[in-house]
Amino acid sequence: MNPVNYLYLAALLFTIGATGVLVRRNAIVLFMCVELMLNASNLALVTFSRLHGNLDGQIIAFFTMVVAAAEVVVGLAIIVSVFRTRHSASVDDTNLMKL
Amino acid sequence: MDNLIPVLVGLPLAGAAVLLLGGRRLDRFGHWLGVLASTASFGVGLALFFDMLSRSTAQRPAFDHLFTWVPVEGFQAQIGFQLDQLSVVFVLLITGVGSLIHLYSVGYMAHDERRRRFFGYLNLFLAAMLLLVLADNYLLLYVGWEGVGLASYLLIGFWQHKPSAATAAKKAFLVNRVGDIGLSIAIMLMFSTFGTFAFGPVFGAAHTASQGTLTGIGLMLLLAACGKSAQVPLQSWLGDAMEGPTPVSALIHAATMVTAGVYLITRSSAIFNLAPTAQLATVCVGAVTLLFGAIVGCAKDDIKKALAGSTMSQIGYMVMAAGLGPIGYVFAIMHLVTHGFFKAGLFLGAGSVMHGMNDEVDMRKYGGLRSYMPLTFVTFGLGYLAIIGFPGLSGFFSKDKIIEAAFAHGGTEGWILGCAALVGAAVTAFYMTRVMLMTFFGEKRWQPDAEGHEPHPHESPKTMGIPMVVLSIGSVGAGALFAWNSSFVNWLTPVTGHEEGHSPLSSWTVSGVTFAVIALGVLVSWLMYGRQPVPATPPVGSLLTRAARRDLLQDDFNHVVLVGGGTHLTRFLVYLDAKGFDGVVNGIAAAVGGTSGRMRKLQNGYVRSYALSMFGGALVLVATTLLMRAV
Repeated sequence: MNPVNYLYLAALLFTIGATGVLVRRNAIVLFMCVELMLNASNLALVTFSRLHGNLDGQIIAFFTMVVAAAEVVVGLAIIVSVFRTRHSASVDDTNLMKL
Repeated sequence: MDNLIPVLVGLPLAGAAVLLLGGRRLDRFGHWLGVLASTASFGVGLALFFDMLSRSTAQRPAFDHLFTWVPVEGFQAQIGFQLDQLSVVFVLLITGVGSLIHLYSVGYMAHDERRRRFFGYLNLFLAAMLLLVLADNYLLLYVGWEGVGLASYLLIGFWQHKPSAATAAKKAFLVNRVGDIGLSIAIMLMFSTFGTFAFGPVFGAAHTASQGTLTGIGLMLLLAACGKSAQVPLQSWLGDAMEGPTPVSALIHAATMVTAGVYLITRSSAIFNLAPTAQLATVCVGAVTLLFGAIVGCAKDDIKKALAGSTMSQIGYMVMAAGLGPIGYVFAIMHLVTHGFFKAGLFLGAGSVMHGMNDEVDMRKYGGLRSYMPLTFVTFGLGYLAIIGFPGLSGFFSKDKIIEAAFAHGGTEGWILGCAALVGAAVTAFYMTRVMLMTFFGEKRWQPDAEGHEPHPHESPKTMGIPMVVLSIGSVGAGALFAWNSSFVNWLTPVTGHEEGHSPLSSWTVSGVTFAVIALGVLVSWLMYGRQPVPATPPVGSLLTRAARRDLLQDDFNHVVLVGGGTHLTRFLVYLDAKGFDGVVNGIAAAVGGTSGRMRKLQNGYVRSYALSMFGGALVLVATTLLMRAV
C-alpha cells in the first residue's frame, strides 16, 4: 500500500480535530479533538519516518505521546476542577479573567 | 554742605512716614507738620542754592554717594545724589511751590476728615519728586519716577468714595505704566550698552554707542516722558486726573510731576543730541500735543479740565523746545519754571472759586465773580496774563523764546514748528480769555446745587490767599528775572549746553507776530463770550467742538483700538487654544481611544477564537514556508 495514503489520513484526522476545537464548546470534546490533532501529527511523523527510512519521526512521536499524556493529566484536572466550581464544562463559561 | 542733600528728600519722607503711621492722634496738628516738613525742605534747598551760587561754575555740581546697591560682579549700581544747576532749579520749584500748596491745602481741606492722610500723601509726593530730580543715576531716578506715580495715584483717588475719582486714579496709573515700561526698557538698553546706570559715565560714553541703540534709548525715554507728561499718545489720563482735590491738580498735575518728562529729556540731552530721529519724534510729539491740548481746552466747560488741557498744551511747548536740541533745552526749563508759577496760581485760583461756589466746576454756572472774590480775581488775572504771554510777564519771556527757537530750528521743519507754536499761542489766548470771561465777567449764572443751597461766593481764608498772592508775584516777575542778563541761560548752560539759534526772523518780529496772534485770540474770545451773554446750557456746537468736548475722541480711540483690539485678540487666542491646540491633543487621544476600543473586541475571551487565530497564524506560516520554497 502506498504510504502517502497515511499522510492523507493524517491530514483528514488533523482537519477533523482542528474543526472540533474551533466549533465545539464542551471542554472534554475540545480536549479529545486536541488529542486527535496530536495523534494525526504522530501518524504523519511515523509515516515520514517510514518514507525516509530513519527513526527520527518515530522518536518525535514518542516525545509527543509523553507530552500529550502529561498534558492530559493537567488538562483533565483543570476541567474537573472547573466543572466542580461552575457546574459546567463549557469553555465559554470560564470567563472570570475577562474584563 | 553737600551732605545736606539727603536731608532734602529725608524731611518730606519723614513727614509722610509720621503722618501716615502716626494715626488719629495727629489729626489736630498733622497738617501743620506736613507744611513744616515741606517748608524746612525748601529752606535746605535755598541754603544749598546760595552755597552753589558762591562757588565758581566748575565747582557747582555737588555729589553725594550713598551706597552700592547689590554689588555683584559685573553689576555695580552706585546709588547717590547729584545736585547741579538743573537739579537745584527743580528742587526750588518743587519745594517752593510745594510749600505754598501745602499751606493752601490747610485752608482748602479744612473740612475734610482725612486731611492728615492728604498731607501725608503730599509729603510722600515731594519726597519722590525730589528723589527723581536729585538722583545721579537712572536707577534711582526710576525709583522717584515710580514714587511720584504712586503719589499721583493716591491723590487723584483721594476722594475714593466717588467712583469717578477711583476710576480716574486707575486710569492715570495704567496709562503711566505704559510710559514706565519705556523708561525701564531705556534703562536696560543703557546698561547693556554702557554697563552702568550713572549719568556721568553714560553721557560720557554716549558717542561710542551705535546710532540705532541711541535712537532706541531716545525713543524709549520719549515714551516715558509721554506717559508722565501727558503727551500724545499717552495724554488721556490728565483730564480725568482733575477728579483729585484742586491743590493736587495744582502741584502734581500742573506745576511739578507732569514736567518730569521734560526733565528726563533735558537730563538725557547727551543722548538726544546724538539721536536726530528721537529728537524729530520729540518735536513732533510736542507740536501735536501743544495744539491738541489747546483745542481740548477751548471746548471744556469744567474750569479744571480747561486748565488741564492748557497744561497739556504748555508741556507740549516744553517738550517741543527740549526736542529742538541745544537751542531749546534752556527755554524748555525756563518755561517749565514760569509755567509752574502761573499754572499753579491759576489752579489755586480755580480752587478758590470752587471753594466759594459750593464746589461747582461748570464755568457756565459762574459769571460776574470779580466783585465777590477780588483777591482771587486779581491773582487769577495775573496768572492769565502770564500764560497768554502778555509782554513783560513771565510767560512772555519763556514762550516767545520757544517760538523763536522753533523758527531757528531751520528749514521747512522750523517754519512748520514755529507756525504750530504761533497757532498754539493764539488758541491759548482764546481759551484762557474764555475761562476768564466766563468765570469773572458777564452776568451771574449761579444755580442752587443739588441740595438747594444757593451759592454765596466769598473770598477764601488767608491760608489760601497768601499762596495765591506769592504765586502771582512769581507769575509776574519770574520771567523778567530769568531774562535779565540772560541769567537763567548762563546758569543752565554748563549742564544742558546752549547754542544761540539763527532764526530767519528777528526776535522783535517774533514778539510782534506773537503779540498780534495773542491779541487776535483775545479779541475772538471776547466777541464770543464777552460781548454776548454766555448760555447756561452749552450749545450743540460744531463737529470739532463736540469732538473736543470728548477730549478729541482720545478715550473713544483708546476704547476702540486698544480695549477692543485687546479683547478681540484675547478672544481669538482663547478660540485658537480651545479649538486649535486642545483640538489636536484631544483628537489624538480620541483616535487612540477609538482604535483601542475596536482592537479590544478581538480579545473576546472565547478559546475557539484564539484557536482560530492560532490556526490562521499556522496556516500563514506554512503557506509562507511553502511559497518561499517554491520561489
